[in-house]
Amino acid sequence: MAAITMKNIVKQYGDGFPAVNDVSLDVQDGEFMILVGPSGCGKSTLLRMIVGLEDITAGEMVIGDRVVNKVAPRERNLSMVFQNYALYPHLTVYENIAFPLRLAKTSNEEVQRRVNQTAELLELTEHLERKPANLSGGQRQRVAMGRAIVRQADAFLFDEPLSNLDAKLRGQMRTEISRLQRRLGVTTVYVTHDQTEAMTLGDRVAVLRRGVLQQVGSPRELYEEPVNLFVAGFIGSPSMNFLPASVDGSFLETPLGRFELRDERKIEAVGDRSVVLVGIRPEHFEDVSLVGEEKKARGSIVRAQVDVTEWLGNELYAYVPYEAPEDLAAQLRDLSRELDSDQLRTQAVVALDAASLISPGREAELWIDTTKVHIFDPATGDNLTRDEERVEQLGRMAEDSRAAQREAQRGPADDETGASVAES
Amino acid sequence: MHFVFTPPGESAAGLLDLPWTEPLEEWDDERLVEIRQRGLSRHTVRFVAEGGAVYAMKELDARLARREYRLLRRLRELGLPAVEVIGVVVDRAGLDAILVTRFLDHSSSYRSLFANARYSHPTDRLLDALVELLVRLHLAGFMWGDCSLSNVLFRMDAGAFAAYLVDAETAELHPSLSEGQRGYDVSLARERIAGELFDLSAAGTLPSGVDPIDVADDTVRRYRALWDELTREEILHPDDQRYRIAERLRRINSLGFDVDEVELVDAGSSGARLRVRTRVAEPGHHRRILMARTGLDAQENQARRLLNDIAGYRGHLERVRGGPVPEVVASNTWLAEVYEPVIDAVPPGLRDRLDDVELFHEVLEHRWFLSEKSGRDVGTSAAARDYFASVLPTVPEDLTQTGRRPDPPS
Repeated sequence: MAAITMKNIVKQYGDGFPAVNDVSLDVQDGEFMILVGPSGCGKSTLLRMIVGLEDITAGEMVIGDRVVNKVAPRERNLSMVFQNYALYPHLTVYENIAFPLRLAKTSNEEVQRRVNQTAELLELTEHLERKPANLSGGQRQRVAMGRAIVRQADAFLFDEPLSNLDAKLRGQMRTEISRLQRRLGVTTVYVTHDQTEAMTLGDRVAVLRRGVLQQVGSPRELYEEPVNLFVAGFIGSPSMNFLPASVDGSFLETPLGRFELRDERKIEAVGDRSVVLVGIRPEHFEDVSLVGEEKKARGSIVRAQVDVTEWLGNELYAYVPYEAPEDLAAQLRDLSRELDSDQLRTQAVVALDAASLISPGREAELWIDTTKVHIFDPATGDNLTRDEERVEQLGRMAEDSRAAQREAQRGPADDETGASVAES
Repeated sequence: MHFVFTPPGESAAGLLDLPWTEPLEEWDDERLVEIRQRGLSRHTVRFVAEGGAVYAMKELDARLARREYRLLRRLRELGLPAVEVIGVVVDRAGLDAILVTRFLDHSSSYRSLFANARYSHPTDRLLDALVELLVRLHLAGFMWGDCSLSNVLFRMDAGAFAAYLVDAETAELHPSLSEGQRGYDVSLARERIAGELFDLSAAGTLPSGVDPIDVADDTVRRYRALWDELTREEILHPDDQRYRIAERLRRINSLGFDVDEVELVDAGSSGARLRVRTRVAEPGHHRRILMARTGLDAQENQARRLLNDIAGYRGHLERVRGGPVPEVVASNTWLAEVYEPVIDAVPPGLRDRLDDVELFHEVLEHRWFLSEKSGRDVGTSAAARDYFASVLPTVPEDLTQTGRRPDPPS
């Protein structure tokens, strides 16, 4: 096992285009790190520099305690999982897993030991003598994982591994990968453009945009305390709503209505700006008729015309179009395009309790949880109201829960198998 | 649903009424055909015979399908040997996309070549063809990401093989490849080839004495040797510069590659540093000549063989007519009086065993063999008759695949 440390990594192509620009990132030993961002953000290029497929223009790539800038891919002892895996129909599951070891001329004894350990981990022991044709889709994927595990690589690398699976298998494999990574405790770097994968799998998530690292943090930190408009918009589905607002003392005048910022820290953060962007997540809206008195006092109420509603059973989405000044509307459209979102109009998406009786075409009273709003500088996109104390607290929480989870996954019964596979 | 087809789309028009809205696995159409002994695939792949051609249908994620469609087109544009992509069908409600390629006529998979006794040890020739393909791709900046025997189809080429890429799912095109990319690609190839041969061995179709690991390692050696020959820099002493450059170029040509640029950089008193840039041109100098003179489409070695036969025939014509015969006349006469009569005489039930040019090549081989035995030239027609009676029937029916229904036995 090994930590992966990237120091000021730059990848510049012949035409001068910096695909990766001065990225410093520290993947701790045993950590599950996600690289995420829209297409062209540099996440795959970064992964390829870890693997050794792309030359590094500047900076230093360290795996364990070795600088690997000039080390050939096969000498880095990393394992690309699922990349072009193939199961061989005439070989048993055992041999399908064993074959990288056979290729390395590993002794029969050692092969047997490692394959059995791996099979146990993947719950494939009773299938070892079967042929792949007699396995379910999920079991086959596990055999493919087994082939990666049996090599005892220092780290696992995944490059959009689930993108060629059907939806059902994708869900299964996501759980499987997560469980296995935690059990083995192998350092893992996982590239995806899917923010659901990013949020559910990673210990930490690194968000990239146009080759530049935006933010690294636990999924929760990214969600609750994004550093800028880009991260705020990218993480979460449906996306955070960004409303242009003019500032009037402690009041914000938005297209949905006027409300008060009752938080000294936030008011101070806005400073003397006259125009800002207010970020409100869909679930921080509620149908007023369903909000208790006590809670109501914590937020503000606005009236808005609802265009369309979608009742999903567990919640109700309402779409609220609004007017925005042309320059800000254009900026929001650009952002939306960059985030690969297809939302072309300026409209707020609000997620209400499924019991809401709000109907389309009517005006509705909406309560906003103003304690949760973030305020962004429209010029720089910076989040002015990021709460550093909260960030620190979230970081500690993530660290503790990671340790606890690993402890639980690697319970005493596993020591024989899980730990030794990972550590040798 | 949405069809994207590469023009000319006429050939594909007949495919439009296939049951695209159903999962490929569940298709039940009389045009579906089985290709025996095909390579391994991660996705559902099925074959359809339509209008005299066979098409391969592969069901996969739309994003990957579009990518592969673009890459396969690019490969063809660059003149690299790859299957011809016909189109991609996307936006199938709730289903993955389908990539449509034209199945390579008269091609064989490694599985059928190993399974058929006719090629007792095809390993060497298969590896040569595979390595040559990989080197060509690398010169063009293609990282395959999945080089294996399964992802290649082989066409016979006058006794040797020509390899065609059939799967570009994981491929990437770059302006040029880094050492890391090439190294990674080659080590993947090593692994996949070993795995495929282990599998053949478990299936009992690997000839005894062939060791999967040795073969895989050998592939890497061959790749390195060829790459080195094509790209290495060398220091030339001023005295033998001319000779050495000519020699190097000849060697590169004889390996079937063209040289794009030769660069000599002064390296002080020791001489000059020779840099050779090998071009990724469509293999096939002879192929193009044969096509121009006769309209026959052949592989490179086949073409060389036929051109030799045409040259010999021209000499014969000149002797008979007592004067020079222009090349174009000789080629046309040869086509009408030598080649076509042989092909027309193939018994109907045996027509699809080999492609026409390969069959003609085998007749020439047979003629040589019979002539050696009898101590005199037996002539092409006699050789053909004997070949049809004694050799062609032994070529297994499923060695190569075409889109035609088998002829009724004569």
